[in-house]
Amino acid sequence: MPKLKIEDLEKISDEFKRTMTVREGGGKVKVTVHMGTCGIAAGAREIMNTFVQQIEEKNVKDVILTTSGCAGLCSREPMATVEVLGQAPVKYVDLNSEKAKKIFEEHVLKGVLVKDYALSIGSERIQ
Amino acid sequence: MKSYRLQLMVCAGTGCVSNHSFEIKDALEKEIAKHKLQTEAEVVTTGCNGFCGAGPLVVVQPDGIFYQMLKVSDIPLLVEEHLLKGRPVKKLMYVPPKEEAPIPKMSNIPFFSDQTLVALRNRGMIDPENINDYIARGGYKALAKVLMSMTPDEVLQEIKKSGLRGRGGGGFPTGIKWETCKRIQSDTKYVICNADEGDPGAFMDRSIIEGDPHSVIEGMMIGAYAIQNICEGYIYVRMEYPLAIKRFNIAIEQAKEYGLLGEKIFDTDFNFDIKVRRGAGAFVCGESTALMTSIEGNPGEPRAKYIHTVEKGLWDKPTCLNNVETWTNVPPIILKGAEWFSSIGTGDVTHDAWGGSKGTKVFSLAGKVNNTGLVEVPMGITLRDIIFNIGGGIRDGKKFKAVQTGGPSGGFIPENLINLPVDYEELTKVGSMMGSGGMVVMDEDNCMVDMAKYFLKFTQEESCGKCIPCREGTKRMLDILENITSGKGKEEDLNLLEELSNVIVESSLCALGGSAPNPVLTTLKYFREEYEAHVKDKKCPARVCKQLLTYTIDEKQCVEVGHGCGVCKKNCPDNAIIGEIKKAHHIDQNKCGKCGVCYDVCRFNAIRVE
Repeated sequence: MPKLKIEDLEKISDEFKRTMTVREGGGKVKVTVHMGTCGIAAGAREIMNTFVQQIEEKNVKDVILTTSGCAGLCSREPMATVEVLGQAPVKYVDLNSEKAKKIFEEHVLKGVLVKDYALSIGSERIQ
Repeated sequence: MKSYRLQLMVCAGTGCVSNHSFEIKDALEKEIAKHKLQTEAEVVTTGCNGFCGAGPLVVVQPDGIFYQMLKVSDIPLLVEEHLLKGRPVKKLMYVPPKEEAPIPKMSNIPFFSDQTLVALRNRGMIDPENINDYIARGGYKALAKVLMSMTPDEVLQEIKKSGLRGRGGGGFPTGIKWETCKRIQSDTKYVICNADEGDPGAFMDRSIIEGDPHSVIEGMMIGAYAIQNICEGYIYVRMEYPLAIKRFNIAIEQAKEYGLLGEKIFDTDFNFDIKVRRGAGAFVCGESTALMTSIEGNPGEPRAKYIHTVEKGLWDKPTCLNNVETWTNVPPIILKGAEWFSSIGTGDVTHDAWGGSKGTKVFSLAGKVNNTGLVEVPMGITLRDIIFNIGGGIRDGKKFKAVQTGGPSGGFIPENLINLPVDYEELTKVGSMMGSGGMVVMDEDNCMVDMAKYFLKFTQEESCGKCIPCREGTKRMLDILENITSGKGKEEDLNLLEELSNVIVESSLCALGGSAPNPVLTTLKYFREEYEAHVKDKKCPARVCKQLLTYTIDEKQCVEVGHGCGVCKKNCPDNAIIGEIKKAHHIDQNKCGKCGVCYDVCRFNAIRVE
């Protein structure tokens, strides 16, 4: 192991930033893949894998990826919710790997909503 | 590098490890592989999470879901439901006392949400055996900052301004200690980290070393830079902390590989190295002069401190000794500034270093509270907040009676002082002390005389024997307390206890003798009526002191409900119970050894204790 220089501290921090974002539960964007039985049956695992690959390929550090149960609209699964920090969450429906890729590139990375795949903006209210 | 979407933080502090957390880790990895999730989820072992009473525990990030009291048999469900299907498992979550709904997120659990983390800033976030994790959380940046942009004097001034005081017990202003050590002319000086944490039930320092060893190393390096002419550092870890020693050694090795310890650190002229010394197993070695004597290879005994250790310490060279928690506080002060640090806490330290208590303090909360574990709180928080909010109140709905702060030689603080702000001065005023951060909570079932006896027995056994008042005085005090709790106490004993206490406090060389009588003095002050009940009425109001109890059988209950079952008679080791099956039993008081077995075995509530 070569001796560390000051700038190496930053390099190491940067390299581990993604891991730390996950551990701290932080991040600028949170992507939730709905993985109820319906979602899994409709192919949610593939959507999840696509997001994981995208994060790795593009070396994205401040996006966290999480799962939740059924979102209640089983006929439109697989579904995912993209929530940019400080903005209303957006639900996407009838996903496949291609669509997920596009959502990642456009909405997650650039902040541009992919209208064609979106179902609604905002969450249902919980009484 | 590989990125995972899930991080499973498995607590691997000593508490959880002894509750089989490594088996939980293995089971998690096995189940994750079974569901082919190994590319998505990483299992990380961390240092102590703090909520030891709830262990073994796992936190699933990024959602911060807190799972507690896990068993290996719970893991298949956890992995399948949460990791595969995204449904956090409610039945494995924390439920607050007297409530029914679980709290899924760790950050919403009062035990965690009411804490302020400075010394424990990396707890549960990093793998202590991986230096990169520490660096990724800003580690060694403070060292880089001082070496690149600060003079040693500027570092010293920053620490002075921050108001940091020693976290090991004495509360001596850290900046002043460094400054005095710096002022003494010598080519060879030492810094020492005191990790000989010996207070029963206290484990603040152990957790820091086990969970974040590099923070201690970095703090010591900054100290060494500020003081100058330091040839090397020592850390003195008690022998009973094998995991801490192991992880600290790993940390040193990794720091050396990165060139963070050794010569020409970051290509500057700053050189530093640390050696680990294992404590020899004596409580007194936590005392600074005894500790240094022990490092030198001699029996650990304190010496008089008319010449301070900052002038003549280890091998008669100027030595700066601070405790683990103190060193850990140094890097954040450098990174965030003295003003940030001094904005937390009480008092004003701008003109008087003793004028306030700044920053946070880690306590190990133990005894009769619902949430036992390690808590870090801002100075000035009330005892009530710690015990009732963070600690979740008293177990089994019992009544709070007293809290002992500061380890075995700390004083007992009664209920009417529960709103006392926790800082160095306030605790000293009521006869207790900050100490290193022990906090033992007692309820109505604790006898104060018995508790004082318990702690005095500890300090009596640990007295090194050098000073006669401490060696013999504590022995005599213990004899008197034995008498009182066994019904042989006399009224004049109480004054004798006070007199002995004062002599020991005044005539012992070190803080062990100087503070050993505190438990007795404070219980005499705040709970004198309990002592009086023991010596005058020969009764123990909390029904703890067995010799003062009388066991009788409620004959009506025995026959009518229990049908004279005879279980007590069968189990009595003294053959003191007389009676026949289906008839009332009674106890021969002359034979009764007051062991309480009959009370424990009677299923019909027929045994009376007074």
